[in-house]
Amino acid sequence: MSLTTESSTNFWLTRPFSERSTQIFLGVLLAALALVTILHVAVPPDNPLHVGAYTVNLFGKYLSYALLAVAVDLVWGYLGILSLGHGAFFAIGGYAMGMYLMRQIGDRGTYGHPVLPDFMVFLNWDSLPWFWHGFDMAWFAFAMVLLAPGLLALVFGFLAFRSRVTGVYLSIITQALTFALMLAFFRNEMGFGGNNGLTDFREIVGFDLRSDATRLGLFLVTGVALALGYILCRAIVTSKLGRVSVATRDAEARTRFLGYRVERFQLFVFVVSAMLAGLAGALYVPQVGIINPSEFSPIFSIEIVLWVALGGRATLYGAVIGAILVNYAKTIFTGVMPDAWLFALGAMFVLVTVFLPKGVAGLFRYLKRRKRDDSANPDHQQTSKEASA
Amino acid sequence: MSLLQSLSQRDRVFDFMAPQASPVDVRHGPILYMEDVTVSFDGFKAINNLNLTINDGELRCIIGPNGAGKTTMMDIITGKTRPTSGSVWFGSRHNLLHMNEPDIASLGIGRKFQKPTVFEALSVFENLELAMAADKRIFPTLTARMTGEIKDRIDDVLETIGLTALRHQPAGILSHGQKQWLEIGMLLMQRPRLLLVDEPVAGMTEQEMERTAELLTGLAGKQSVVVVEHDMGFVRSIARQVTVLHQGSVLAEGTMDQVSSDPKVIEVYLGADDEEAA
Repeated sequence: MSLTTESSTNFWLTRPFSERSTQIFLGVLLAALALVTILHVAVPPDNPLHVGAYTVNLFGKYLSYALLAVAVDLVWGYLGILSLGHGAFFAIGGYAMGMYLMRQIGDRGTYGHPVLPDFMVFLNWDSLPWFWHGFDMAWFAFAMVLLAPGLLALVFGFLAFRSRVTGVYLSIITQALTFALMLAFFRNEMGFGGNNGLTDFREIVGFDLRSDATRLGLFLVTGVALALGYILCRAIVTSKLGRVSVATRDAEARTRFLGYRVERFQLFVFVVSAMLAGLAGALYVPQVGIINPSEFSPIFSIEIVLWVALGGRATLYGAVIGAILVNYAKTIFTGVMPDAWLFALGAMFVLVTVFLPKGVAGLFRYLKRRKRDDSANPDHQQTSKEASA
Repeated sequence: MSLLQSLSQRDRVFDFMAPQASPVDVRHGPILYMEDVTVSFDGFKAINNLNLTINDGELRCIIGPNGAGKTTMMDIITGKTRPTSGSVWFGSRHNLLHMNEPDIASLGIGRKFQKPTVFEALSVFENLELAMAADKRIFPTLTARMTGEIKDRIDDVLETIGLTALRHQPAGILSHGQKQWLEIGMLLMQRPRLLLVDEPVAGMTEQEMERTAELLTGLAGKQSVVVVEHDMGFVRSIARQVTVLHQGSVLAEGTMDQVSSDPKVIEVYLGADDEEAA
């Protein structure tokens, strides 16, 4: 916690690079990206070490979940806002990407219409709804990936924080938000493909989505996005604004008396987090090939919170570990015995809560502190033995 | 306040034309005037026609039995509670009833709560850093840098409150007395003109009380300090001027000796306490 004095004289965005935890995180992430790439490209397919396109794709999906978990940890861990609706921002980012990918299909759809996506032809629509315009341009769609969730978070957060809605009430409202959006997106009249969602994507900025090279590319782009998102969040939490967030989390009224307009800080962090969640959704959609309203389901949003809790709150890297760990376990379990998955998730959550109340990251911190204590005070164990005797 | 109301008020310029950071005007002496202030909660008058004036640089103690309205009075000054009627002025220029909590805080009124509330997850140093008078908007806060000047100021305050050795410890591990001092230190970082201190020695040991008395008397003169306290011994050791509140209004005002010989005061408050002490 004492990094204030030594490292904070430099520029806020470069500050995280002087932190040991960030260096380790980025090192491990880049090494993992390089390793997967090498094992996929350079190792022949008949070698047992070869990583197949399917696995690369799966890892890419985990990385987008990890970015989503980082976004949730930013608001929950550091600002104390337990959002049970972050899936909504993830899904909206995903829909923005999905709309772009739909427009890229062009006249190669089943009905061969030059402009309208298949589902609109099927519904007998004769023109594109106004909000679908512009999504044929990559720059516009990619801007919307950030702006659409950001705008929703801005309006929602403005109303909630201005009325000083926090704690459990805010969690319930975020849950209601994502549920309402799910119901809305299920309707065909909304113009987002109803319960089938958007699918049958073909290419992204000219690259064939079904080719292995594109999948590897998407995996690497997601990894870089995770690294950048992590650095941005670290830069925020190590700045004075990050300390104001922690202060707000622990004693909101007190922070207000210090002269900080707490609701604006909450809004700022919430919007940044929503945009990161949107980015994660946009990277997720081309890798799984579909976006439908189930991403808005309240269960999914709760699951995200579980990843963060398992990995360890308020560490950011804990969120990444949690997201990857839980989803890896999910892949294995739903493959081996699909019915047991929910029980396994529940058991994992109970075990971590009981034995690792601060998550996996808490275990790291504990081990590190013990090592430091032992090296600083070699006869520590002996003294404590004497004391207990 | 509504636009119509502000337009019909002839004694002051429009809110939007008033300079934002005009200095506090204390040329007439008082730094705080409260005039005919009444607060009623569902008909119950927590504050009833309260009149109170605090001079610049003064150390004032406010005493009174439970429910006398001491905390409500502080809530009004800091903007947490709006009075039903009356007026509250900071210096002779700032009408506190037209301002919200952050504005009042940045104007130079600092408040120490009854229960010490420090940010437990942050270090002692970081607690002081956040409290410091600075541009508290979002982007200046995001890009704020730790300069040598800021560090020196924090070091000064750490010295004053005697927590230099614990600067990098999380505030959560401090003892009760140390938390109270840290909170006073946080108030000092705001460079306040007026300090409101609510029960600073509740739960403190003798030595901690002495240390707190030194701290508060050392501050008076530079800042105006208003102390609300139950502990008569402590009030006697620091007070020059004492105000006694009873049922939401001022019962007596004067030096500790004058006040404690006032028959009305003895009847409602001091009498029982002195008998116990004797």
